[in-house]
Amino acid sequence: MTAAIDRRTPDDRSSSDGSDLPDAARSGGPAVPAAGATPPGDGPGREALSEMSHPHRARAVKNGVAKGVMWAAFALAMVPLVWILGTVVAKGMHMLTTMTWWTGNQRNINSDDFGGGARHAIEGTLQMVAFTTLIAVPIGILTAVYLVEYGRGPLARAISFTVDILSGVPSIVAALFIYAVWVTTFGLGRSGFAASLALVLLMIPVVVRSTEEMLKLVPNELREAAYALGVPKWVTVVKVVLRTAYSGIITGVLLGIARVMGETAPLLILAPYTKNFQRDLFNGNFPTLPMMINQDRGDFALTTAAERMWGAALTLILLVLLLNVIGRVIAHFGSVKK
Amino acid sequence: MSTVTGVSTADQTPGPDGPQPLQGDRASTGRFGDRIFGGAATVSGIVVIAIVSLIAVFLVVQAVPALMDNSANFFTSRVWAPGGDKPAFGILEFLWTTVAASTIAMLISVPVGVAVALFITQYAPAWLRRPAATLVDLLAAVPSIVYGLWGLIAFAPVFKPVQGWIEDKLGWFPLFAPTGISGGTICFIGVVLAIMVLPIVTALSREVFDQTPTPHKEGALALGATQWEMIRTAVLPFGRPGVISASMLALGRALGETIAVTFLVSALSDGSPWTWSIFNGGETFASKIANNAAEFSNPTKTGAYIAAGLVLFVLTFVVNSIARVVIERRKAFTE
Repeated sequence: MTAAIDRRTPDDRSSSDGSDLPDAARSGGPAVPAAGATPPGDGPGREALSEMSHPHRARAVKNGVAKGVMWAAFALAMVPLVWILGTVVAKGMHMLTTMTWWTGNQRNINSDDFGGGARHAIEGTLQMVAFTTLIAVPIGILTAVYLVEYGRGPLARAISFTVDILSGVPSIVAALFIYAVWVTTFGLGRSGFAASLALVLLMIPVVVRSTEEMLKLVPNELREAAYALGVPKWVTVVKVVLRTAYSGIITGVLLGIARVMGETAPLLILAPYTKNFQRDLFNGNFPTLPMMINQDRGDFALTTAAERMWGAALTLILLVLLLNVIGRVIAHFGSVKK
Repeated sequence: MSTVTGVSTADQTPGPDGPQPLQGDRASTGRFGDRIFGGAATVSGIVVIAIVSLIAVFLVVQAVPALMDNSANFFTSRVWAPGGDKPAFGILEFLWTTVAASTIAMLISVPVGVAVALFITQYAPAWLRRPAATLVDLLAAVPSIVYGLWGLIAFAPVFKPVQGWIEDKLGWFPLFAPTGISGGTICFIGVVLAIMVLPIVTALSREVFDQTPTPHKEGALALGATQWEMIRTAVLPFGRPGVISASMLALGRALGETIAVTFLVSALSDGSPWTWSIFNGGETFASKIANNAAEFSNPTKTGAYIAAGLVLFVLTFVVNSIARVVIERRKAFTE
């Protein structure tokens, strides 16, 4: 019987699909009967049953091959993950253990010089991402509120469609667009702020989609209860709906931040790198972690440059992972209960 | 969470009174606060529409003058010399490299991604499912510049002998003809892109496979199907639209991927002969633009790059729209 149970468990244990089957049906449900379950006696029925429990050789082989292929595919997918993370940690870790890395910058350090700090780039990245978040989150959340709470008809459909389109816009195209507006049309210089604007375009759809999802999970009864008490709609949305979905929205925002933090294309076009500390987002070059990696691209054959690139990559990955982990933890502990 | 797809379980789970849109529209009473808040929400939505329209408008407006000055055919020329008195630029080479690399990425990532999704939803023991899904999602959390760095330093030396072997054995076939380039070939870029878009294919496919109705699966098993036959007859047909739109979304991402490709490409020298080989070098739209960001010096030059960006925008727009249409139709079908 074990064989039969094994075959079904993957389907039945996925309680996430919300199946309402009683327990009996789950554990003993319709399945390929094992050999022992075949009723005694002769006749066509018995043959059919034994055919079921012992699938034809070719079918059994196919089944086994398929199973092997799936396991192999998963193992194959894990190879690059382990390889990438392993390489980054192995080659970048010793940069992060030096004190200078967290306090210094790259001023007067050439590709063939060892070490230097990354603080300018870490600060720059955080500052730029904070600015992006400040612009993208209100627009994103309000748009999601419109789609779930207000929007009906053609306008809502149009907004939903454009959010989809926006989420598919390549980062380089978003950067070109901001360049066309900011630099070519208004004649303003490249700056960290211009790059932030391009990142806003990339972040909005992530925030809209995840917030929308969370707002849809808020039970309608909560809204109705508020209305029944005479609470105005906007207070209901702000104090009941948004508050209930709060943790899910935060998660979505963090994932959105994680997505734009590693974006490089807009920085390449809009925010040239500097090796110095630079806190002015509006004028001149701006240091960021991705651009710090990009800086040494031509000299990757030099150990000193390669080390710095791996160190910056590890720092960037750690920042992104940290946000992802925080996002998932918040999602786990504060999710809307159905 | 299904931010990748825009399809939520909430859409599929009907309330106690059957599927209904969320009510409450009429609760708005025209109070001052209501008008302000509702107005702000509407304006945000319109801002999003405006942004997308403006992207198209600005790109077109700035590309057209450059295209007018272009002395070569924009679509069929292989020359890229937007500077000078007589600018000439064509996108044929970028188009070929972009499409070829993305196609290779799809050929690898779709079968593997679907298999991984099937593994996670159908084959993995229960304890392994969540960790496995998280691990695959982790691939998506790695910034693309890190893929570029890894591809450049760690993966390229490993891929080189593989390419050499294929060139050796299958070099007589035009697609695999040796070109003497061994670094960032189209094929190599395709493989790296495949790894990058794998989590997209897997995430969405996993979602639809998970929604396969249990009675379908149990029905198949009860009729004596082996597990593989059950997947082939119940799970895969049910999930097909999801897999198609997942592939389209992934394709959109592969077409527009910038920095990883920029790290890896080997640009061809001017006037190098045309070849169909996937072991040739060449720039994609995105890498060409990114590599020449410093060259945006005069309107015609900038316009030429913006025109290339516009083509990329249109390509991804079409691909993404197809994905949306497919998944919308499926949604309408399941409701």
